[in-house]
Amino acid sequence: MSDPVMKPLTGDASKAISPWRDLWWRFCEDRVALFAFGVVVLLVLMALFAPLISPQNPYDLSGLSLRDARRPPGFVGSGGYTHVLGTDAQGRDLLSAILYGLRVSLQIGITAGAVALVIGTSIGITAAYARGFVEAILMRIVDLQLSFPPILLALVLVALLGQGQAQLVTALVAAQYAYFARTAFGAASAERSKDYVEAAAATPLSARRIVFRHILPNAMPALIVVATVQIAYAIALEATLSFLGLGLPVTEPSLGMLISNGVKYMMSGRTWMSVYPGIMLIILIVAINMVGDHLRDILNPRLDK
Amino acid sequence: MSGFIIQRLLQAIVVMAVMSVIVFAGIYSIGNPLEILIPPEATQDVRERTIARFGLDRPVVEQYFYYIRNLLQGDLGRSYIYNEPVLHLISGRLPATIELVLVSVLGALFIGVPLGMLAGYRPDAWSSRIIMAVSILGFSVPTFWVGLILILTFAVELGWLPSGGRGDTAELFGTAWSFLTLNGWSHLVLPAINLALFKLAIMIRLARAGTREVMLGDTVKFARAAGLSEWTIMTRHVLKLISIPIVTVFGLELGSTLAFAVVTETIFSWPGVGKLIIDSIKNLDRPVMMAYLMLTAGLFVTINLVVDLVYALLDPRLRRGGAA
Repeated sequence: MSDPVMKPLTGDASKAISPWRDLWWRFCEDRVALFAFGVVVLLVLMALFAPLISPQNPYDLSGLSLRDARRPPGFVGSGGYTHVLGTDAQGRDLLSAILYGLRVSLQIGITAGAVALVIGTSIGITAAYARGFVEAILMRIVDLQLSFPPILLALVLVALLGQGQAQLVTALVAAQYAYFARTAFGAASAERSKDYVEAAAATPLSARRIVFRHILPNAMPALIVVATVQIAYAIALEATLSFLGLGLPVTEPSLGMLISNGVKYMMSGRTWMSVYPGIMLIILIVAINMVGDHLRDILNPRLDK
Repeated sequence: MSGFIIQRLLQAIVVMAVMSVIVFAGIYSIGNPLEILIPPEATQDVRERTIARFGLDRPVVEQYFYYIRNLLQGDLGRSYIYNEPVLHLISGRLPATIELVLVSVLGALFIGVPLGMLAGYRPDAWSSRIIMAVSILGFSVPTFWVGLILILTFAVELGWLPSGGRGDTAELFGTAWSFLTLNGWSHLVLPAINLALFKLAIMIRLARAGTREVMLGDTVKFARAAGLSEWTIMTRHVLKLISIPIVTVFGLELGSTLAFAVVTETIFSWPGVGKLIIDSIKNLDRPVMMAYLMLTAGLFVTINLVVDLVYALLDPRLRRGGAA
């Protein structure tokens, strides 16, 4: 795949524009995508500053009272303030729990996505650069894994590794790295066979330099698209595992865990405990996916104007 | 061609062997089944006899080969929890899962393809935009959340449909099926929609992309020039041309839907294999976990093998080259 961003632009004036800035400009052309990007930024900020903006620290058990438990939205609790979204089964302010849950979900999604990006890219580029036997072995494993549904893989790994944040991230990474490996391999092997890389390989330049200075930057745009989509997927997968009772320990609930905790009260009409965390989860995932979708469109050379 | 088949078969066998080692080692390393198998008040004598009966006193490698020997003879062991042969346990629940998966996937196919073709036929119409919005939602929103909302809407608020279970069943080929009774259908419809939504999104996208491409081609131009009606062009020609990738993906998705059924079955208390595996993971029921994983691995290896072979049939280059 040739890199659409690095392609020389028409006209002399545009030569000075860096490819990343050009990318940003083209991204801004679509209002909906820009809006989605704004939502993602807002949610990340909310998660970062959760301790400052949430009315209550949901992890501080001494601040909770069971008398406040399972109250509907708008209830004024013993803390003396209004629970805008109601309270959960432990008497936690749901809005605070959601903000902290957003923090946990984002943290896990981004960590898993980043680790999978590094591992997957390393494998893909190694395979593309080494060729031959190494390529055959590595990519055969990757392809085999891609044919397996990631949810099943994550489910099994969580079962095998036990519960906990590190184990969960490991399971998510193992379920996702293959997508990065495939993408990096595709981009890197296209680059590897180009004349300039062959020429560079003939000079005394180290393999490391060739990979980091030439191959990796060209594979980057495609990898960024995969990373966005995979972060959203990791968040959804974590929520699903939590929902199935195989995710994180209950002490610091993610969005998925909050939904799962509220389910048993849903049948009796106390729906807010699941519905609001769920809405937050959906907004998060859909916004990230829309950004990813638009990035894919502007980086796709076939749709280039 | 036969060389290619043999090579692929060998590869599949190697994959299965490696999988069995990894899964066995993994399952062996977690938890202590003795806590489940032996009541705390049991005497030392009972403890030792139970351990010996399940072969848990032998080295891991010996246990593995013992397991494989039994496996090849069709014996998958006994569940620790249900104290039933695992094969019996799984085969008893498989029809429920197969029924759910087939209804969902076929539903997604027969609804998704026409919708996708419509969206590809008139890409700018508002109806097409709505169809594409549904498909983006189908991709993004987690299955379990859709399931909860379906239950909340149709079972709790409106009270139209039951929220879980299989309902009345009727016998066919010696197995109980829900789709043969009206009450069974009322239980089947929500889980089926839930499981189908993701597949529906894929089918819509595939059909739309295919249709858009075909519409620009000569086939449609000549068919129009020949005076065929738009309906005939779409159903006779476009559908035929876009069907190959759809059939391929349909086959591949059949397998992954079985995996996704885990989530749907848990939400709707559908008594299938997916619910069984979640329960056995929580209860550390080693034989059931092992059997489920080996069966799923076998299923995926088989699907990949078939896909590879079908591709080889369609593409002569793969046949001649041997390795793909």
